[in-house]
Amino acid sequence: MSLLVASTAGEVIVWIVWVLAGLALLVSGFAVVLFSNPFYSALALIGNLGSLAVLYLLLSAEFVAAAQVLVYAGAVMVMFLFVIAYIGERADEPFAGRRSLARVAAVVAGVALLVEIIVVIVQDAGGRLSTQAEISGAFGSPRQIGTLFLTDHLLAFEVTSIILLVGAVGGVVLGSGARRRMDDNDEEGGASAVQQPAPPEAA
Amino acid sequence: MLGPSVSAYLVLSVVLFVTGVIGVLLRRSPLIVLLALELMLNAGNLALIAFARHSGNTAGQIFALVVMVVAAAEVVVGLGLIVAMSRRRVELDVDKLSSLKG
Repeated sequence: MSLLVASTAGEVIVWIVWVLAGLALLVSGFAVVLFSNPFYSALALIGNLGSLAVLYLLLSAEFVAAAQVLVYAGAVMVMFLFVIAYIGERADEPFAGRRSLARVAAVVAGVALLVEIIVVIVQDAGGRLSTQAEISGAFGSPRQIGTLFLTDHLLAFEVTSIILLVGAVGGVVLGSGARRRMDDNDEEGGASAVQQPAPPEAA
Repeated sequence: MLGPSVSAYLVLSVVLFVTGVIGVLLRRSPLIVLLALELMLNAGNLALIAFARHSGNTAGQIFALVVMVVAAAEVVVGLGLIVAMSRRRVELDVDKLSSLKG
């Protein structure tokens, strides 16, 4: 009897947490798109990533939730905020300037996608969504993830390191290359424009 | 499993994905387009992890971690492009970046 009460209490708590995290997820997702100031959008995305981490915990993906908070909400968003601070806050009217046809087409495409996928989910995808697999307590633990990364998914692990290297090199090249060309233009004025034809947008 | 089934998580993930799609299609600031792209990638991650829990297979979580790495690399390159644009005094408006249009 007490076991039954405990399991119902656990069920209620999980549902409450799920509803709160889901609401926070959707509201912060809408806020990312609707804020006119990129700084506020980035802050809303941090909230979005945090509520996603809560949902990952409910799905017993502890390691992914921790990585989400550390990598995404920590490192990636700090980079975003640095860039927004660097180029200055430029608020724009969220939906101004687009032709109305493009605007309507975008909303229609989005809603069509939404309806299609929800219809598939409601139809239960041929009965495959109703039966849930049993899992052990070690499911999603760092130990299991690490073992899988170094055995079954070793190739993905190695390719990941190459992607990160390419990303780092690309970031440095894009950042420093632009500065060097601008310094040339500032110091030599018209001379550099003759030697290396600058794109028409260059100042 | 305690709590809602995989369908509920999938509906959340779809709504988040469509929010990102509409953001990418409607907003003009490249920074907000990148942020909306992150929304879409994270919606995909949520679906992957919900299916991993549903089928009791950790491979979905591995896939989600790889997606996170790809998203981080994509953000670095995208933000590098935006910084380069801002240094060349190009106006930050995706509608006006049409030099490559035939």
